[in-house]
Amino acid sequence: MSLAVSVRDLTRRFGDFTAVDRVSFDVEDGCIFGFLGPNGAGKTTTIRMLIGLLVPTSGEGHVDGLDIRTESEAIKLRIGYMSQLFSLYGDLTVDENIRFFAGLYGVTGERLARRRAEVLAMAGLEAEHDRLTADLPLGFKQRLALGCAVIHEPPLLFLDEPTSGVDPVSRRAFWDLIYGLADRGTTVFVSTHYMEEAEYCHRLALMNRGRVIALDTPAALRALLTEPLLEITTDHGPAVAQLLQGAPGVIEAAMFGREVHVMVEDAAAAARDLPALLAAQGHRVHGVQPVRPSLEDVFVALVRREGGAVAG
Amino acid sequence: MSAAVAVRGLTRRFGAHTAVDGLTFDVAAGTLFGLVGPDGAGKTTTLRMLAGVLRPTAGEISVGGVNVVKDPEGSKHHVAYMPQRFGLYNDLTVRENLDFYADLYQVPKADRPARLERLYRFSSLGPFAARLAGQLSGGMKQKLALSCALVHQPEILLLDEPTFGVDPISRRDLWLILHDMVAAGVTVVVSTAYMDEAERCDTVALLDRGRVVALDTPEALQRGLPVRMEAVRTSDPRRAAALLAAVPGVRRAALFGDVVHVSLEGGDGGFEPAGAALAGAGIAVLDHHEIVPSLEDVFIERTGAPAHGAAAHRGAA
Repeated sequence: MSLAVSVRDLTRRFGDFTAVDRVSFDVEDGCIFGFLGPNGAGKTTTIRMLIGLLVPTSGEGHVDGLDIRTESEAIKLRIGYMSQLFSLYGDLTVDENIRFFAGLYGVTGERLARRRAEVLAMAGLEAEHDRLTADLPLGFKQRLALGCAVIHEPPLLFLDEPTSGVDPVSRRAFWDLIYGLADRGTTVFVSTHYMEEAEYCHRLALMNRGRVIALDTPAALRALLTEPLLEITTDHGPAVAQLLQGAPGVIEAAMFGREVHVMVEDAAAAARDLPALLAAQGHRVHGVQPVRPSLEDVFVALVRREGGAVAG
Repeated sequence: MSAAVAVRGLTRRFGAHTAVDGLTFDVAAGTLFGLVGPDGAGKTTTLRMLAGVLRPTAGEISVGGVNVVKDPEGSKHHVAYMPQRFGLYNDLTVRENLDFYADLYQVPKADRPARLERLYRFSSLGPFAARLAGQLSGGMKQKLALSCALVHQPEILLLDEPTFGVDPISRRDLWLILHDMVAAGVTVVVSTAYMDEAERCDTVALLDRGRVVALDTPEALQRGLPVRMEAVRTSDPRRAAALLAAVPGVRRAALFGDVVHVSLEGGDGGFEPAGAALAGAGIAVLDHHEIVPSLEDVFIERTGAPAHGAAAHRGAA
């Protein structure tokens, strides 16, 4: 298996602040690689170094076999990049945006005609190709931005929180497109805050305070969470979650949807003691059962284990 | 129970476009009310009208007992409004931002130390009081914005997607703050694109194209969906989802992580045709059982979004 991205001891300092601290990882060709971490963990800085927008302070990295220090111009032609702030021009039409990005990447003639049709179909914008981009709903803008990012059919695609603030329906449609690209061999490197999106990735790297603190498949990361997790169903979840924080034997208590997820030291003891503790405070417990940890539970536990998120 | 917010026939047009179309709802005092809907559904426009910063084309709004349409200024000391892009001053410190908003809202100087102490406590921003706002992480900026919005101790809090772009840990912290506020008697109206957040609201209004398409407790919305849903675990989740979407009798099939949620027509349809289709394609069914639809399922059914299968085919084009 060849490597789409390979990074060794990649480091970036801004003044005396180390944003990225000796990060090493590999991304295999054709996989969807998820990049997770709190705000300020160093995800965007890492991506910016990989795509040649920022020079590393030390360490090395290769993207599609090219050196990120010396071959950043060649890298830019081999990748697509979409950031949270889409690079579309609001005062251009859909068609004009497609042609603009095609021009940047040297896509012309028959290839342009073919790619234009494919991108319009992919974004679901065939009937809207004359509309001003600024007037499109966010979900469509996002799909158009993705289409423009891959207009030159790059083997590698970098997405930096591409679905922030997008509704669930548009998010699903977007991920269908990502899968479609991955099926055709594109390697996808994506950072996200949506834990259910993380489930869709083949491999995940979790960053905190500039370092990669975990790197594996979603299933293997779940297995890292050795502390038992209980789901408590009750009428007043928020109050119960608050009450259980700091209760004996409780490591973490948080709302998960309407239920309360409680990470405990001893499942049997907690299942026995917690309902009584809550009843004494006037809370009725309808059910306590062990649950499979969500990736959000894993994420929070691993970051807390490391001593919390970066402060600032 | 009295209504902290009452909305009747609220409408806002921009030229020929009707962004908000005849909304009617009440928010009971001391509850958490969620505005949920796709992009362009009218969530932000609604919140701006409730906050008195945008005049409705038609309809009535009462916030904290004040008629907002007639007296937009009169409601302002009852309300805090946190828009998506809250006006923090990046070149001021955390403390200076809080002081600035306290001045704006004319918080008496004598009340400020206790007020700030309380805001620091729930936001955990105390240790960063001297840091420039521009140097805070996204999650901390949101907590500072919320603190600034709360500095005059409003009875009603209007929040437009406060967790936009915020990581899961900061998201948990922000929601703890919101629940604290509600426990202290504050009424909260919040818009969100996160379905797990919508599930935590006491009442949810599902908006689509400017209209309320459903209004109830999250639980009632989930139980009221006229379809039977099954969760299916298979050896090949992605291929299974695409295949199941095309099976007659299957309304939708969507991936949730590595599990496929299948909604079956009519409410009493059996799983057999779906199972047979999977077996025929050499996909092993590891487990399937009936589930209560998630709020995301409700969202997709109620907003009339295209079925998953259609989107999947488009993606493969």
